Amino acid sequence: MSKEKPDNQLQPTGEAIIEIKEMHKWFGEFHVLQDINLTVQKKERIVICGPSGSGKSTLIRCINRLEEHQRGRIIVDGIELTNDIKNVEKIRAEVGMVFQHFNLFPHLTILDNLTLGPIWVRKTPKKEAEEDAMAYLEKVHIAEQAKKYPGQLSGGQQQRVAIARSLCMKPNVMLFDEPTSALDPEMIKEVLDVMIELAREGMTMLVVTHEMGFAKSVAHRVLFMDYGRIVEQNTPTEFFDNPQHDRTKLFLSQILH
Amino acid sequence: MAGTDIKPIKEVIKPPATSVGALGWMRANLFNNWFNSVLTLFTLYTLSKIVPAFIRWAFIDSQWLSTGEACKGADGACWSIIPANIRFIIFGFFPYESQWRPLVAMVLLIGLLFYSRNRDHWKKSLTYAWGAGLIIMGLLMKGGILGLAAVESTQWGGLPLTLLLSVFGLAAAYPLGVVLALGRASRMKAIKVLCIVYIEMIRGVPLITLLFMSSIVFPLFLPEGVTVNVILRAQVAIIMFTAAYIAEVVRGGLQGMAKGQYEAAESLGLNYYQTMRLVILPQALRIVIPPTVSQLISALKDTSLVVIIALYDLLKTTQSVLSNPTWMAFSSEAYIFVALIYFGCCYFMSSYSRRLEKELDRGF
Repeated sequence: MSKEKPDNQLQPTGEAIIEIKEMHKWFGEFHVLQDINLTVQKKERIVICGPSGSGKSTLIRCINRLEEHQRGRIIVDGIELTNDIKNVEKIRAEVGMVFQHFNLFPHLTILDNLTLGPIWVRKTPKKEAEEDAMAYLEKVHIAEQAKKYPGQLSGGQQQRVAIARSLCMKPNVMLFDEPTSALDPEMIKEVLDVMIELAREGMTMLVVTHEMGFAKSVAHRVLFMDYGRIVEQNTPTEFFDNPQHDRTKLFLSQILH
Repeated sequence: MAGTDIKPIKEVIKPPATSVGALGWMRANLFNNWFNSVLTLFTLYTLSKIVPAFIRWAFIDSQWLSTGEACKGADGACWSIIPANIRFIIFGFFPYESQWRPLVAMVLLIGLLFYSRNRDHWKKSLTYAWGAGLIIMGLLMKGGILGLAAVESTQWGGLPLTLLLSVFGLAAAYPLGVVLALGRASRMKAIKVLCIVYIEMIRGVPLITLLFMSSIVFPLFLPEGVTVNVILRAQVAIIMFTAAYIAEVVRGGLQGMAKGQYEAAESLGLNYYQTMRLVILPQALRIVIPPTVSQLISALKDTSLVVIIALYDLLKTTQSVLSNPTWMAFSSEAYIFVALIYFGCCYFMSSYSRRLEKELDRGF
C-alpha cells in the first residue's frame, strides 16, 4: 500500500460530526465503557483497536444506539441520542454500519437488500432506488450478482454487498465493526480495497479492525482501547513507531510480531 | 501446486452391482441384517393376509348403487349408502331444491383456493376476486334477495359448514396468532403480559369447553333479545383457540432469528413495524411453516367438535344418516367416505405447504 498523502480536501474539516462526552456504559454490573471522550470530525478516518473485550465494538455500537449508554452524551450530526426513538431512527439513517457477520437479509435478493432502506426509510421511488443500488453494486464490483440471494455469494462478496447496502442510504458516517474478521484470508483484500476506495472519496469512517496495514495507510487517527477506556490515541505513524503506554507496546508487540 | 498436474480420471468406474438397482436397494434396506430380514418377512406375511381381504371387501364383493335392503345379504362393502344419501351428507338440512346454491358457493371457494396456490397470482386483483367471491358466497348461502329464497343459518350444515368454519377459522386465526406472538415478544410490559395471559388461558382449556362457553355462557351476558348467530359464535371460538397455538409456533420462529437481522434492519433506520414486516416475519414465518401447517390441519379436523353445540357439520350429517335403520349397519363405509374428504382437505394443505417451503427456499 502506497504512502501517498491524501488530498487536502480529504483531510478532516475541523467540523465535528460525532461528539461523545464523558460517556459510560454498563452491561449489568460490568462497566464496559468508562468515561469515553471522543470527537470525530467530518471526513476523519479513525481506526479503533485493542484486545477483545476492551469495549471497542460496544463503543461504535453506541453511536447508532444498537447499545444504549447510561451516562454522558453522544451527539451525532447535531442530534443528541436519547430515548426519543424518532431521533434514533433519524441518526441510524445517517450512519451506515457494516457488521462482522455481514447480516444481509437472506430472504431478499442482493438488489432488494440494497433498496429496502432507501424505499422504506427515505421513501425513494422504487425505480430510482434500484438505479442507485446498481450504481453502488458497480462500485463494489459485484453488479452481476444483483439478482442472486446472499446465500449464493462468498463471504467477501457478501461483505461488499453489505457495504453497498449501507452506502445506498447516503450516510454521513460509516461504522465498521470488524468487517474482515469473519472472512477467509484470500477475501480480506477485496473488502479492504472497497473500504480504501471509500476513504479516498472522503467518507467519515470509524473502523474497528485488527488490520494494521489498513490503519497505517488509511487512518488519520488510531485509538487504542483496553478495559473500556481509550488508553492512547495518535496519528498512525506516531502510534506504531512511538507508542506511549506499556499496554499499547505490549499489544503491538503481540499483533505485529 | 508446483508442477504437479492432476489429470481428471478418464475411465468411468462403476459402483459394484450389488449396491445399485432393485436388488441392491433390497439388500441395503430390507435384508441388511437378520433382524430386518425377519421384520420384512413378517410384514409381507401380514400384508398378504390383510390387503387381498380388504380389496375383496371394498371392490369385488361390494355394492355401489343398490338399495339398502339389497346390501344386507351381500358380503362386501355397501358403498350404496353414499350415493343414496349424498345430498344429506353434503348439504345437511339446506332446503333440497336450493342445494345448488351451497354447491356453487363451494366450487367458487375451492376454485379461489386453487387459483391462490400460485404465488404469481398474488396481485391486487386477487384481493378483489376474493372480496367479490366472499360476497357472492354469502348471498348464495343466505339468499333473501335476487329471487333467492332466504335460508336461515340454522339450516346450514354438512360440507359447506365444515369448509366455512375451517377456511375462515384458519384465515383469521393465522394473522391473529402472528399478532399475539409479536405481542408476547414485545418489550412493552402491559402488551406482553396481556398476550401471555391470553395464550396460556386459551391453551389451558379444551376447545370443547370454549365451544360450550360460546354457546351457553356467552348468551347469558347479552342483553335480552340480542342474539349472536350460533355459527358465528362457534367460528369465533375456533379462531381464538387456533390463534393461541399459532402464536406459540410463531414465537418459536421469532426466537430462532439471529440478533444480527434485527440490528441490520435497525441500523438502516427501519422502525419496529418495518423491521418486523420486511425482515423478521418473512424469515421467521418460513421457518415455522411445518409446525404451522400441523396446527392448521389439526384445527381443520377440530371443527368436527361443533357437533356438541348442535351444529350439523360433515361428520354429524354422516352420523345422522347412520341413525336410519336401513343404513345403520354400514357405518364403516360412511366413515371411510368422510375420512377421505377430510384427508383430501388436509393433504391439500400439507402438499401446498411443502411447495411453498420449496419456493421460498433461499438457502439459509
